[in-house]
Amino acid sequence: MRPFAYERVPDPAAAQRAVPVGSSSAAAPVPTMVLAGGTTLLDLMKLDVLRPERLLDIRPLESRLGAIRLDGQGLRLGALARMAQVADDVEVRREFPVLAESLALAASAQLRNMATLGGNVLQRTRCSYYRDVSYAACNKRNPGSGCAALDGYNRLHAVLGTSEHCIASYPGDFAQALMALDAVVEIEGPQGGRSMPFAELHRAPGDRPDIETTLRPGELITAFQVPAGPWAKRSRYVKVRDRQSYAFAAASAAVALDLDGDRVRGVRIALGGVATRPWRATDAEAALAGQRLDEASAMRAAEVAFRDARTHGENDDKPELGRRTLVRALLEAQRMEIA
Amino acid sequence: MTPPPLGRRGLFGAGAAMAALPDAIAAQPAPQEHPAMTHTLRINGRAHPVALDPRVTLLDALREHLALTGAKKGCDQGQCGACTVLLDGRRVLACLTLAAAAEGHEITTIEGLAGPDGALHPMQQAFLDHDAYQCGYCTPGQIMSAIGCVQEGHAESPEDIREYMSGNLCRCAAYPNIVAAIEAAKPQMQKA
Repeated sequence: MRPFAYERVPDPAAAQRAVPVGSSSAAAPVPTMVLAGGTTLLDLMKLDVLRPERLLDIRPLESRLGAIRLDGQGLRLGALARMAQVADDVEVRREFPVLAESLALAASAQLRNMATLGGNVLQRTRCSYYRDVSYAACNKRNPGSGCAALDGYNRLHAVLGTSEHCIASYPGDFAQALMALDAVVEIEGPQGGRSMPFAELHRAPGDRPDIETTLRPGELITAFQVPAGPWAKRSRYVKVRDRQSYAFAAASAAVALDLDGDRVRGVRIALGGVATRPWRATDAEAALAGQRLDEASAMRAAEVAFRDARTHGENDDKPELGRRTLVRALLEAQRMEIA
Repeated sequence: MTPPPLGRRGLFGAGAAMAALPDAIAAQPAPQEHPAMTHTLRINGRAHPVALDPRVTLLDALREHLALTGAKKGCDQGQCGACTVLLDGRRVLACLTLAAAAEGHEITTIEGLAGPDGALHPMQQAFLDHDAYQCGYCTPGQIMSAIGCVQEGHAESPEDIREYMSGNLCRCAAYPNIVAAIEAAKPQMQKA
């Protein structure tokens, strides 16, 4: 690991002012990065992929940024809440099951005890060409160098939201659940606080795969707001993996359903494991609205969701896997017994 | 503090790095080192003052600086669970925890489980009773993780145990006996 300076945010009061995080633009070496759970950051520092010269440990802010709060308006999750804490929260499990499920099905128990929600949504791709610096070509790691995955081992790579510059898939689960529930992300930075729809946090790679989010230099995610709604309780996360537990999604679907009998009053769908960023399938939602929900209509919606899929050889099976995962999630959500 | 003797891993690592060092990397200026930081780590109820480079992980601090070699370095990238320890009672991976970040927290390692009279923790005893290991390399991590699993309330059934212990790999595949040991230890832990 390269040398770095380690600093702790001294106390909660210190973070009331702007958090001196530093640039996340990958064009120049990143001077400072925020350390929270460390499960992605330290891993990628050991691999020499990330090379911060200074780490700012924000875990001392847990008392201010780690709370789970539920009221009539909805749920507010502090960015420093740990994955396990939210996955095991009785109220979250009852009122927003898709959130708890997406967290419980991610990583391992140890990692969920360490990783925070803010860090979780910002986790980096598992593309092996990104993670292995002995490959010269990776536009995400080394802008302009090319993409070794296009003609390489790409079985787990994305089929939606890809570009000729990058097909790395977004690896997380929780982000899809937030997206399906129309969450809002709260941010603090040098210019003060702001918030935006969670759906606007991540970028598709386009011609700058190295810029993964719309966060500005020095900004820090502080919380997620999840609005209450008739769809929240009937929400489900289905994750298909190469093994039963402790693996990234080959395909996943977060769905939230508002049903009127067997008709769909409203549905929200986000797809994981298949796209370069957390992926909202709005066209598929529109295809289902007002329809009777059954296997046939769910499959028609799934066809729409993957209409624009582009495969790259080893991942030719992804669209079909993704479609079936979505159908299963919709039908399982329909069968849920809601108190 | 005198530097600890170089272990096998260090020797092999250094040898491989020297042999494979490409010119491009060798030509780079040496990165600027940062001075050692002084910390006090609370481990198994005792305070340990240490002076460490900021890069030292909790796992390396335990093994290389404090002679607590129970926690094992399997993958060193958060995938195998062999380095599992308890931090404030929660199971975490010591290989992905900076020693500096562990200051101010109560750390428990496998060495801290037995009682002052040498009586084994119920989970240790259950692993013995159920022959829940073969080579034993993953065992300290399995036992620490199993204690966390029971304390979290995630050892309700064999399925539950398998799911919530999936972060601890055993390449000898002693899994059935590990599950049996945890099931047996759970009531003993609750009694104790």
